[in-house]
Amino acid sequence: MIMNDHTQIDEHRDDEGAKTGMWIFIFTELLLFGGLFIVYSVYRYLNPMAFHMAAEELDIFIGTANTVILLVSSMTIAMAITSIQLKRKRLTLILMGITVLLALLFLVNKYFEWTGKISHGIFPGSEILHQSSQGEILFFGLYYAMTGLHALHIIVGVTFIGYVMWLVKTDDVKYDDYVILENSALYWHLVDLIWIFLFPLFYLIT
Amino acid sequence: MTETMKQAPTPSFLEYQGRFKGIFAWIFSTDHKRIGLLYLYSMLVFFSIAATLGLMMKLELIAPGRTIMGAQTYNSFFTLHGITMIFLIVVPGLPAVFGNFFLPIMIGAKDVAFPKLNLFSWWIYIAGAFIALSSQFLGDGAPDTGWTFYAPYSFRTGTNMLPAVTGAFVLGFSSIVTGLNFIVTIHRLRAPGMKWMKMPLFPWALYGTAWIQVLATPIVGITLLMVVLERTLQIGFFDPSLGGDPILYQHLFWIYSHPAVYIMILPAMGVISEIIPTFARKTIFGYTAIVVSTLAIAFVGYFVWGHHMFTSGMSGVALYTFSILTFLVAIPSAIKIFNWVATLHKASIDLQTPFLWAFCFLFVFMIGGLSGMVLGALSANVHLHDTAFVVAHFHYIVFGGTGFAFFGALHYWFPKMFGRMYDKSWANIGLAIFFTGFNTLYLPMFYLGITGMPRRYYDYVERFHGPNIVSSMGAMLMITGLIIVITNLVRSARHGAKAEKDPWKGKTLEWTVDSPPSLENFEEIPIVTQDPYDYE
Repeated sequence: MIMNDHTQIDEHRDDEGAKTGMWIFIFTELLLFGGLFIVYSVYRYLNPMAFHMAAEELDIFIGTANTVILLVSSMTIAMAITSIQLKRKRLTLILMGITVLLALLFLVNKYFEWTGKISHGIFPGSEILHQSSQGEILFFGLYYAMTGLHALHIIVGVTFIGYVMWLVKTDDVKYDDYVILENSALYWHLVDLIWIFLFPLFYLIT
Repeated sequence: MTETMKQAPTPSFLEYQGRFKGIFAWIFSTDHKRIGLLYLYSMLVFFSIAATLGLMMKLELIAPGRTIMGAQTYNSFFTLHGITMIFLIVVPGLPAVFGNFFLPIMIGAKDVAFPKLNLFSWWIYIAGAFIALSSQFLGDGAPDTGWTFYAPYSFRTGTNMLPAVTGAFVLGFSSIVTGLNFIVTIHRLRAPGMKWMKMPLFPWALYGTAWIQVLATPIVGITLLMVVLERTLQIGFFDPSLGGDPILYQHLFWIYSHPAVYIMILPAMGVISEIIPTFARKTIFGYTAIVVSTLAIAFVGYFVWGHHMFTSGMSGVALYTFSILTFLVAIPSAIKIFNWVATLHKASIDLQTPFLWAFCFLFVFMIGGLSGMVLGALSANVHLHDTAFVVAHFHYIVFGGTGFAFFGALHYWFPKMFGRMYDKSWANIGLAIFFTGFNTLYLPMFYLGITGMPRRYYDYVERFHGPNIVSSMGAMLMITGLIIVITNLVRSARHGAKAEKDPWKGKTLEWTVDSPPSLENFEEIPIVTQDPYDYE
């Protein structure tokens, strides 16, 4: 069989297998967030008015900015793959660097957004939130949990991409062996994709 | 391939000297066989803890009133017993031990697709186990919620819930990683000529299981994470005072935990499908039907979680739907039973120990399965919910099904794993005592449940006394049998007679390699031309 001949050449290298593994891991991530999306939809259905009111508290500008940032970063990491195929190492590193910078920019925005909310006294267990309706408590609980978990994924993704940048620099990843770069990009697209769902759910549907 | 053509004979994986020495040669080994044994040894330790707890609970129930422990201790005992048995033993059990050891060999590969990830999953497992068990010693008392961590009690109780829930969360990752590894291994590393429908049935079962592990575990992961966040940060998810809905917790929990039941039983069915043709010296009856029913169980198993919640409050339509689906999911399991029995029809059966375990499996699994049908019926369920009947049912499935298959697998593959034979007569005596004890322990609990004895109470009224005595005696008998079985195996691993390559005359690929196998399993990757159970 072709696939097996492939795996025998030079110590178990199997790019197709590595990518399959990454895709399956992405399924698990989607289901992880899926649990939170179920909770969100159930509570939104039960408290439509409160969710509407609470969503208006969020800053659409920051949300939109972050969406654009992530979409562009997804583009740059995809371009990095093309450029490594073209054997252009420097360009690859620059594109990956831009991706990392955009991700950090996203986190900075997130930081200001969260601290803004917290300074207004809106955080789980706060006095102000306890006086609001139950729907609003749920909304903000979900807001912090879901965007927080997403931010955690951004941090993991950036670390992953940073590690691959180092591998590119040391020529461990090059034009004929770049599956780990593809996998880091796949992961990054997942992080982007989840945000594409979070953004309308929290910021746009009011 | 050339690097394996070294001097003969190749040392076995047990003797192979790698980069590390002593215990490090094991805990840092990426060899799938050593990892399988690491899991086996860890599980043996956890199993003896959890079994002891179970025995103590049965001793408490030998008489009404306080016998050897109070209510709070009893509550934490059944919680720890459940957490350990479910999350540390039966869920990872067969895939982690025998899957790791035999999946690559049975499909003709040298290792799993991601060996390092495989070792990593064992480390996560150990980390999760320590976190979960630490809940017993740290903080304000051992958890007392039961293994299901039902909201809102799980974040209202003052006991030390956090480590228990976090531990279960971490263990989920170990499960996901193993599943992921197996799926890729089966897709990518089958030997030349081993088409999907020429794959032995244990790898098939592992394949179905792996998909459940990958697709269901994240849901419980996020649910447990929500409980953690609720307890630490007071984020309202399930707390009614914060607007949350505790019933939603139950849904999310069972969306994972019902498929998890099939994580436990599918590999067990795979083991039985290996043992039966070997000792019947016959091709398995209806190979395709078994494969299809494996996948059907894995699929339909996702849609029956509601039957754990018939009394929690659901709409009529939901009740009927879940009940019907529950009955449907029994069909593929029954198909397998018929296949196994049909394989035995007119066979010249070799009554060896592994076969006897498989035979006992059929017996207890049928009792467990049929009592599950009783619980799946709506009207009966309202009466039996949360009684000892449920406890008897799932012990017949989880312990009777997975447990018997686990020991069957251990006796079947023991010669291959350790290169030695065990004492067959002691093994059979141990099994006989274990089997008698098992039924003496759990059969009376069906009766107790029907007559109204609730589960999870350390005390009961006088009229339940008789059956409880019988049941507790059964527990002691069963533990005796267990001790005989395990002692015999531990002793034989060192002192048993040397085993041949193929002591049972099996036909699958693991019987073509040395006992114990060499580090690389195969000198040369085999080319498969025959069906897996080709006895004609």
